[in-house]
Amino acid sequence: MSPQAAKRIVVGMSGGVDSSVAAALLKKEGWQVIGVMLRLWSDPGTLNRCCAPDDMIEARNIAGQLEIPFYVVDAKQIFYEAVVAPFIDGYASGFTPNPCLRCNRFIRWSFLRSRAKALGADKIATGHYAGLKTLPDGTVQLLKNPDTEKDQSYFLHLLTQDDLLNTVFPLADYSKTEVRQLAREFSLPVAERPDSQDLCFVGQRDYREFIRDNDPHALKPGPIVNQDGELLGEHTGLADYTIGQRKGLGIAGPEPYYVIQKDLKNNALIIGFKGALGRREFFTHNMNWISGNPPQEAFPAEIKIRYKSQAVPGQVTPLNGHQARINLEDPLPDITPGQAGVFYQDQICLGGGTISLEES
Amino acid sequence: MNTLTYLDYGATTPIDKRVLSVMFSHLERTYGNPSSVHLIGQQAERALEESRQIMAELMGAKPSEIIFTSCGSESDNLALRGGAIARRREGGCNRILISPIEHPAISITAAQLAEQDGFEVETLPVDKSGRILPGELENRLDADVALVSVMAANNEIGTLNPIREIGALCRERQIPFHSDAVQFGAHYPIDVSQLPVDMLSIGAHKFYGPKGVGALYVRSGTSLLPVQTGGSQEFGLRAATENVPSIVGMALAFQLVREEASQRSQHLIRLRDEIIQEVLQKIPDSQLTGAAPDSRLPNHASFVFLGLDGNLLIQVLDSEGFACSSGSACKTGDPKPSSVLTHLGYPPEWALGSLRITLGKDTTQAEVERFLEVLPACVQRVREAAE
Repeated sequence: MSPQAAKRIVVGMSGGVDSSVAAALLKKEGWQVIGVMLRLWSDPGTLNRCCAPDDMIEARNIAGQLEIPFYVVDAKQIFYEAVVAPFIDGYASGFTPNPCLRCNRFIRWSFLRSRAKALGADKIATGHYAGLKTLPDGTVQLLKNPDTEKDQSYFLHLLTQDDLLNTVFPLADYSKTEVRQLAREFSLPVAERPDSQDLCFVGQRDYREFIRDNDPHALKPGPIVNQDGELLGEHTGLADYTIGQRKGLGIAGPEPYYVIQKDLKNNALIIGFKGALGRREFFTHNMNWISGNPPQEAFPAEIKIRYKSQAVPGQVTPLNGHQARINLEDPLPDITPGQAGVFYQDQICLGGGTISLEES
Repeated sequence: MNTLTYLDYGATTPIDKRVLSVMFSHLERTYGNPSSVHLIGQQAERALEESRQIMAELMGAKPSEIIFTSCGSESDNLALRGGAIARRREGGCNRILISPIEHPAISITAAQLAEQDGFEVETLPVDKSGRILPGELENRLDADVALVSVMAANNEIGTLNPIREIGALCRERQIPFHSDAVQFGAHYPIDVSQLPVDMLSIGAHKFYGPKGVGALYVRSGTSLLPVQTGGSQEFGLRAATENVPSIVGMALAFQLVREEASQRSQHLIRLRDEIIQEVLQKIPDSQLTGAAPDSRLPNHASFVFLGLDGNLLIQVLDSEGFACSSGSACKTGDPKPSSVLTHLGYPPEWALGSLRITLGKDTTQAEVERFLEVLPACVQRVREAAE
């Protein structure tokens, strides 16, 4: 028997291959595993893609096959309050929020942990591709998964020490290929789901339509201007555009126009030519430092500005506990306020914050 | 996980071993279709009609008054739908009176009859325990009432209704009275020669019989049209090849209720009262829902706890090895408060924290004691999770 024998753990199950293999690995290690699926809010009349009925049936079947108890826990209201409402507000304010980040922090960790505790489990596990390492002083580091294609540490950078101390990532050292292989060995279905169920709550619709329905004031038409402030046209609402976007602007010029920036104060969309795109400096606020201790000194790091973008080298200068200035070595064209800037040193995720273009 | 202690007999019961062995032999041998002319069919028909006779005798009814169905819900559907439509055809009666604490098999069916067929459905006033007030019913019993349906005992809060009184009021006015006795029939002998009821539903799996079989008693002369149409089985009231092995099993299980009811009840009441007393005493901010012990099902204890997620409590109890249910429990995690508790005036902060414990003939004193040891800490943990 392993040292974990009879210790209870709650594993978040989605019906997909990753969380199923995670549950199977824990069971094999001797944990007393309880499967939980969270029921999340979705736009009325649509299915939430993280907990659709077919996924629920699948997860239930897998739990049955693994002979572990499985419960569905309602999280609709808290998911709406902690994830959906800020998402709508963010767009209304001209940002491009990433709801998965808040979902992980407030729903998949805070909320699930409180439910797990009631179920007699101090620890929770998920099928995320990320690792953990406990240092001699007891601090837990968040690590990338060696499969760089699948590494999901970006989504987890808002977790706290207390979260990580009580978390197990059974897939930490496995690549996606290996996980699929494990699924076959465990005779689990290897059904594919999209990597991240991004915007799981808008159904099959375009997120812009969702924003329009939920906050009619979020999208106000306004001027399209160039960097000199000359009026070039009218936009349909800032939320309809993303930084770096070229298509769909409908404005002719000597060369293609790109979205350079959103001027929230004047509800203006600033566009320019390719040469104007790209910046080296930006800021992050609402910082979370994984170690729990905000660094005092500037430090070199690799920085990711989106989940799917490459980490690029730069300098991070903590301005105070809640803000940092980032200076990249080379400019990036699509630094987008509202997304997260996440800092790495080699395999270690140090933390990150919400991107803004100006110091606040 | 720990050994499972089953405290959810109101949801369903395990099949009694005596019932099981009779069923097995019929599953193996009695494969004929009771409607067939040949000998093999006749053997099945004999098993079917013997079962009908047993059930009829036990209930003080005629065999032709027993309609076999697939479950209590189907019996309710047939009675309400088939009864209401027949009455409207005959006399233009358009009102359906039901209690506000009916099982969804009645309340949802009534809602559909209102929406699709234009019936006027009225819910009768009840007291705080969910009990129908016969005087209030009497005021509403006019010639245009198609049907009255009031459950004999509530599944969620255990309350017994004064069906004898209700039936008498209906009888005086020649208004058909149906009662859902799915829970009631699991604990009390039913004698329709004494009870003024025109239709009555039962379901075998609540009394140690198999799932997928039930019956509707229909007093001779009661207006009723079939809902499931096709062949002329069950006196033309319910088309389908009869489920003979299950019907045989139900008849035996029903017989065992009659023979053992008082002995079972004695055992159940003692354990139930211990639970009610201990829970109210040990757990702060707890209330018994439904009627006082002497007016509720012998195996039934139901509570609400303030500021608690009832679904989570069921999960926590399960992870401690106790299978219970909650009025609002739903496997898909929907946290809507129970409509019964809401109707009885419990605000959401109470109604969402419901727990139902339903004991069975094989529940032991030791199991109840272990449960009572574990429950207060579980309630505490669930309350903490909500903070």
